[in-house]
Amino acid sequence: MLDILMIEDEPNIAEAVRFILTREGWQVGLHPDGLGGIEAIRSEKPRLVILDVMLPHRSGTEILAELRGDHDPGLAATPVLMLTARGQASLSLPQADAVLAKPFANDELRAMVRRMLN
Amino acid sequence: MPFEALVAGCLAYVALMFGVAFAADRAASRGHVRWLDHPVVYTLSLSVYCSAWTFYGAVGYASRSGLEFATIYLGPTVVFTGAWWGLRRLVRVARMHHVTSIADLISARFGKSNRLAALVTLIAVIAATPYVALQLQSVSLSFEVFATDSLTDIPLAGGGGTALWVAGGLALFTILFGTRNLAADERHHGVVTAIALEALVKLTAFLALGVFVVWGLADGPADMLDRIAARAGDPGWILRPDRWTALLIVSGAAVIALPRMFQVLVVEAADEDRLSTAGWAFPAYLFAMSLFVLPIAVMGQQMLPADANPDLYVLTLPAQSGQNWLAFLVFLGGFSAATSMVVVCTIALATMISNHWLVPLWLMLRRKPQGDDPEDLRGFVLNARRLAILAVMAVGWVYYQATGGTAALAAMGLVAFTGMAQVLPAMIGGLLWRGANRRGAFGGVGSGFALWLAMIFLPSVGIGAPPPVPQGVDPLAFAIFLSLAVNTLAFIGLSIFGMPDPVERLQGLSFVSAVDPIRHSRLARGADQAEPLLVMARRVWGAEDALRFFQAEAAFQGKSGYLPDLTPRFLTRLERRLAGSIGAATAHAMIDSVAGGAELTVSDLMQVATEAQRAKEETQRLENARAELARTARQLREANDKLTALSVQKDAFLGQISHELRTPMTSVRAFSEILRTPDLPDADRDRFAKIIYDESGRLTRLLDDLLDLSVLESGQAQLSITPANLHDLIERALSAASATRPERVFRVDREPLAEYVGVITDPDRLLQVLINVISNARKYCDAEPPALAIRVRRTLRGGAQIDIIDNGSGIETARQALIFEKFARLNDPARAGGAGLGLAICREIMANLGGEITYLPGQGGAAFRILLPRRPPVPVNAGLRRA
Repeated sequence: MLDILMIEDEPNIAEAVRFILTREGWQVGLHPDGLGGIEAIRSEKPRLVILDVMLPHRSGTEILAELRGDHDPGLAATPVLMLTARGQASLSLPQADAVLAKPFANDELRAMVRRMLN
Repeated sequence: MPFEALVAGCLAYVALMFGVAFAADRAASRGHVRWLDHPVVYTLSLSVYCSAWTFYGAVGYASRSGLEFATIYLGPTVVFTGAWWGLRRLVRVARMHHVTSIADLISARFGKSNRLAALVTLIAVIAATPYVALQLQSVSLSFEVFATDSLTDIPLAGGGGTALWVAGGLALFTILFGTRNLAADERHHGVVTAIALEALVKLTAFLALGVFVVWGLADGPADMLDRIAARAGDPGWILRPDRWTALLIVSGAAVIALPRMFQVLVVEAADEDRLSTAGWAFPAYLFAMSLFVLPIAVMGQQMLPADANPDLYVLTLPAQSGQNWLAFLVFLGGFSAATSMVVVCTIALATMISNHWLVPLWLMLRRKPQGDDPEDLRGFVLNARRLAILAVMAVGWVYYQATGGTAALAAMGLVAFTGMAQVLPAMIGGLLWRGANRRGAFGGVGSGFALWLAMIFLPSVGIGAPPPVPQGVDPLAFAIFLSLAVNTLAFIGLSIFGMPDPVERLQGLSFVSAVDPIRHSRLARGADQAEPLLVMARRVWGAEDALRFFQAEAAFQGKSGYLPDLTPRFLTRLERRLAGSIGAATAHAMIDSVAGGAELTVSDLMQVATEAQRAKEETQRLENARAELARTARQLREANDKLTALSVQKDAFLGQISHELRTPMTSVRAFSEILRTPDLPDADRDRFAKIIYDESGRLTRLLDDLLDLSVLESGQAQLSITPANLHDLIERALSAASATRPERVFRVDREPLAEYVGVITDPDRLLQVLINVISNARKYCDAEPPALAIRVRRTLRGGAQIDIIDNGSGIETARQALIFEKFARLNDPARAGGAGLGLAICREIMANLGGEITYLPGQGGAAFRILLPRRPPVPVNAGLRRA
């Protein structure tokens, strides 16, 4: 079972995040598109979802809303960390458990993920 | 009395006047006009006729020429008692036409001729300025009386400083209360109330002095009459019928025609009804003011040294008798007389100068009739008035300084009277005679003015000698008779032989018919006639109002029911009420036709038509204004929508820029931290460094694109326009674009001969567009093997057309409209490193080059068409700077 599923379309960012979190000992999966994102969550059932806001085909916000409305209460309550490149202005995403603005410090990412997984 | 106390008392009095004027203006602006509009206030304001000349000069006049002074009071008395009906009609006509001055009245009557108004204004200014000077002189003189002990050598022009202070203070007062606003009716409640109060002070002072002279200095009326009788044989005291008649005529004319009198009598009148009070009250006031003139004159001659100035008897008599308080009261009376005259006269002159001289001049010089801003004009008129007030006051003061004062106050006053009397024939004629026309008015007023200048005005200021006069005739009387006779004859003669123009004819009809009494003789008496009137009135006012009015009128006549007798009073009241609703001419014609059974004359019909036309114009004007408002509102709404949309676009754009900058930044930051990890394998380290390198390149390209786009969008792009060959440019573009995905080998289909087309353009910019389009094809063309076709054609207008078509799957229809927008590829799953600004930049470049780039649908693959003009347009905003 995956610890973390990341949905992120920017390959370089995805690689950096995966590198950082893998070195902490977590299992990290990647889905590179908004399309099929929710299905990936349903099939992988990760302990934590890292979700980019701006994705091709379906935005991260839409995926989050769908996840929170899932009929499986366990899945619907999956903690979600949102990544946004829209700056401080869009940091309020009420359905997310945490929001991280790009660019971020690696320690910040590590600490946030650790807190959410424990 | 100490001089300082006098000055202090005087200042306190001035402060009181400012306070009264201010309070009255405030009350009026709040709509409390009942007591301000009282006929008694109106009558008292008429006393502005009694200027300092009458206050001081009448006694001087009487001591020089005996009873002749009385003509100055008798003329107005005759006019007010004998012709008050004429005055009523004058006020009615003036209010109907919103007349603002005597010049305006004359011009309105004679076809709204501004040249005529300007001429009348000229006469008024020439006649009145010395008169203003005279008032300043009288105030200075009266100050001097208190300042010096001597009775005989009071300098006539010694008080230049005093006069300057007085002129300045009066200018301030006049500007404050005379030019506060521009009401259509030109009424000044503050000024009128202040001068009404001053009228009371004048009267009280003069009566108190008279009582003191008759009962304090002489032994009562009988003794006084004896003393007067003893003087009756003096040489100057002989009654001269020619002078008396002439002076009666000019003073009667002056009470209507002097600018200040027309102002208070006509312009400031709320309606004509107050003249029924003023008709007896004003003559009574004049009688009271004249009652003690002769006693004071005689007593002054007997008690004071022979060389004391008789114009100052009213002051020197009480001062010499030790009656300081009485002297001060008299001083205040004289001060009131002078100041009220100057203030009203200046307001009237300023109105005329600004309306008939400055505004026409301004409108003529401005030369742009289409941009008529009413606020602009309003501001100009107010400032023109303020300027005119200052100018009149300044010229008055300069005149006083330059002439060194006039020995006899009365002379200057008579000059002004005779000058303004020249306007009277045209005015009376215009009101009573439909045949009077503009040429007649011009000829009459002009010839009278010329004769007055030559025979009276210029000699009075020492230029030229008075013309020779037949033996035994008084020179002044001769000049008055001659000028008025020539004036009247020219007026009548030219009117008879000239044809009025249509505007003039209509104005003439309107003036004369308002003055015409209702032809009651034609009306049959009886209740049967009241019924059609009631039917008519019901149509105008509605049944309820009409019945109420008719019932009240019937009750007034002591009748029950609602059909009063057709008495003149009833008909007049009915006509006036109707006039308020439907206009005077229409009301007149309706009553005439209904009650009189009289035929409508052509002129009646013309007037009705004029009023109907005016009403129609007014409706049209309102309709236009409404449409204009609606248009403005719609434009505002559209502008607001546009701004809102722009603001939304701007926010979206900023959000996209933020996203595009932060994304590479995130990789750069994350990997540069990772590079510091000590035990990183070398292969990873190299790969991560390359990512950092690539991402920072992407950042730089984005910033370059953004800058380029903003320069192109602002139209500030520097173009270097030269001839170029399309074949070479396409060659270079293909070579440069091959760096994009170099692994793909494209088959390029070209028509080399057709490509040899010369264009005049910015080759570097065009190359940028070509590279962009070809690179896009290399990036996105999904066919295997990929191919590219390039077709060049000359266009009909001498430009060129380049089509670039690949054999891929093209762009889906829904996205075709968006591809030229900024960050269009943001949600594109196939994005390939760029931020999506490329085609937006291409579009801006083509716009700068005067051409365009479009997507060609239905070509099999992605197809772009680039259109070039024969040469780029000359940039409008950059001008020759780029050439």
